[in-house]
Amino acid sequence: MSSSLLFNITTFAYLISMVVFFAFLASKNKAVGLAGSLTAFAGFAIQTVAILLRWKESYDMGRGHAPLSNLYESVVFFAWTIVLIFGILDIKYKYRVIGAFVVPFALLGMAWAQLGLDSGIQPLVPALQSNWLLYHVITCFLGYAAFAVACGISIMYLIKVRQEESEGTSPAGGIIATFPSSKILDDLNYKAIMVGFPLLTIGIITGAAWANYAWGTYWSWDPKETWSLIVWFVYAAFLHARITRGWVGKKAAVLSIVGFASTIFCYLGVNLFLSGLHSYGGGG
Amino acid sequence: MTTNKSFATSLWDFFCSLKLSIFLLIALAVTSIIGTVIPQGPPPPEYLQTISETKFLVYQKLGFFDMYHSWWFIALLYLLTLNLIACSIKRLPRVWKIISEPTLVMDSGLERSLTCTRQFKMAGDAATNRDRMVAFLKAEFTEPVVTETDGEFHLFAQKGAYSRFGVYVVHSSIIIIFIGAILGSLFGYKAFVSIVEGTGTSTAYNTRTEQPIDLGFTIKCEDFSVSYYDTGAPKEFKSILTIIDNGKPVIERRPTIVNSPLSYKGITFYQSSYGPAGDPIFYLSVRKRAGGEPVKITARQGERVSLPTGGFVRVMDYAPEVRSAMPQFSGPAARLEIVPPAGAPQYALVLKDYPDFDAQRGGDLIFAYEGVDEKQYTGLQVAKDPGVLVVWTGCTLMVVGIFIAFFLSHRRIWIRVSKGEVTIGGTANRNQPAFQLRFDALADKLKQQ
Ligand code: HEM
Repeated sequence: MSSSLLFNITTFAYLISMVVFFAFLASKNKAVGLAGSLTAFAGFAIQTVAILLRWKESYDMGRGHAPLSNLYESVVFFAWTIVLIFGILDIKYKYRVIGAFVVPFALLGMAWAQLGLDSGIQPLVPALQSNWLLYHVITCFLGYAAFAVACGISIMYLIKVRQEESEGTSPAGGIIATFPSSKILDDLNYKAIMVGFPLLTIGIITGAAWANYAWGTYWSWDPKETWSLIVWFVYAAFLHARITRGWVGKKAAVLSIVGFASTIFCYLGVNLFLSGLHSYGGGG
Repeated sequence: MTTNKSFATSLWDFFCSLKLSIFLLIALAVTSIIGTVIPQGPPPPEYLQTISETKFLVYQKLGFFDMYHSWWFIALLYLLTLNLIACSIKRLPRVWKIISEPTLVMDSGLERSLTCTRQFKMAGDAATNRDRMVAFLKAEFTEPVVTETDGEFHLFAQKGAYSRFGVYVVHSSIIIIFIGAILGSLFGYKAFVSIVEGTGTSTAYNTRTEQPIDLGFTIKCEDFSVSYYDTGAPKEFKSILTIIDNGKPVIERRPTIVNSPLSYKGITFYQSSYGPAGDPIFYLSVRKRAGGEPVKITARQGERVSLPTGGFVRVMDYAPEVRSAMPQFSGPAARLEIVPPAGAPQYALVLKDYPDFDAQRGGDLIFAYEGVDEKQYTGLQVAKDPGVLVVWTGCTLMVVGIFIAFFLSHRRIWIRVSKGEVTIGGTANRNQPAFQLRFDALADKLKQQ
């Protein structure tokens, strides 16, 4: 059994989970929703094994390091964290429909990694040989994943609000009726960001600590650093906007989507369009 | 006078407003993008060719080439700090009042404003019921304060009051980080040293100004080496460093690699680059195909060395690891030019780990590569930053503060004991749904009393 086979099974499980969630949207059948969640969790379990196996395989090749060192590995890990955060929300708050808007992000990541990225296990360059890599990448990606979930919820929110506003003219119901109420979605959006913001904060701080340890400067305004700060500013603005009257609801949802767009730019765009110290994306 | 006062007041209100905070946070986010698109530092000529002259002048005027230190970006950061301080001065006393002078009595107005309330019939006189309720709260929540008005008893208990300070911990941590950064830029420096193997220096050069900096001690590089993975990619850059202070070695032969710096007296040295220092010396040997003892040859790079059979040999180039060019071989290699007394020059590849490799060339002379003595220099980044500890203190406070602000809440419970009746009410400043569940459980327990 190799890790790449397990990753393929994972991708397939997320695909099925997404289709089942769409069927759940259409059918509103509770059992279908449960099946969607269970498929996603099964995929998650397989992916966990696959990540650990890849870790072991790297040691077998004499290049031992945590599987977080290139674009392929980071995209796979990102998909894993998205399903993790979704699972926590699902178990804690039991709003299954969220899966239909969140699992596609995980599927997209896995499909891209499996089809479009070089999956070879490369030895670590000297700059990345540090335990800080682990702390830094894990916290950042958990934060990113929470923002991905918040973005999915915000999209649902905007759809839901449009439907609620036109309630008078169109027959209430359809798929959108199965969404949680806009008030709950708004609250879930806030909760997901409340999980993501501390994680991103710790991610930025561990990155700064590592930079200071490795080359004596905790902050050098490198494009990746700057973009992570931009993301941080956007979500800080989101948190303050909520305390001010009139900024809940639509504006908050839009801010959450803008926040996730800048997160994705920070993660991928910086490597594709700008140059800097961070090496992810170079192998893509 | 009144207009003057109202101007001061409105200025104060402006600095206290959360709208200003949101504006500043978004302004910082948007303007920060500029510096990730326009290269920072002295612009390279290639870049200047891609923009027009007017654009260049505008960019230069606005400080876009060093935008994170431009007057307007720093001004935004100062405004943020002012905003934070003003906001805290305005709000802290109110928060303090909520905690230190709590509303002890739940009157009907307060009762109506609470989301969680329950009422029960309770037999017995008010004083007995009061004692039961005090014992109940003490056991299930926390010790209450009791107030008596008009024959009714009011109990008040609170938990997690100090969590209200969480956001202020976060906000002051931002200011602490700024202070640390300012300390670092005033009293610290970033510098650079290059040390040839076997030598030492006590002078570093400031990275920005290139001015010499006296370290106050000597740092010596005993040895520098690079090791490689089997793919040919570099695995480790290692300098063996010794520090000599007052003529005595205080740190001896400490290996310093990327991600493992060396610190002494607040100055830290980071492995950063390396390169050749002076010409390498090659050691070769040559023997006749016909037989006989091999003869050793020592050559500098490019030097023509005479051969015992006439003609000469020259080392053209060399590599520490051939694997990336010749996957089936590994180890160091050199390329030789052999010029016989008559005829065309020949070229030979010699591999240190395969001494007989050159035999297959078919020449009369067989060469072998025994190694190279190559002096390197190691390049170390030097940093001194007395503000770093302050920055880490700020960062720790920020994380702690965010956790307090997000995940702890100030919970308050009131109980009113009147004749034959008990009313309980409660509220939390955060995560109301979770509090509602705890409150319901508490009220159910109370009912069974
Ligand atoms: C422009 C400067 C800022 C001002 C004037 C400001 C002001 C405020 C105020 C008045 C509150 C509400 C406090 C309350 O609930 O009583 C607050 C909450 C908060 N602030 Fe700031 N803030 C600023 C910048 C920041 C920044 C840069 C951060 C980044 C970490 C931050 C983090 C927070 C957090 C985490 C909360 C709690 C939010 C919540 O309850 O959802 N603040 N801020």
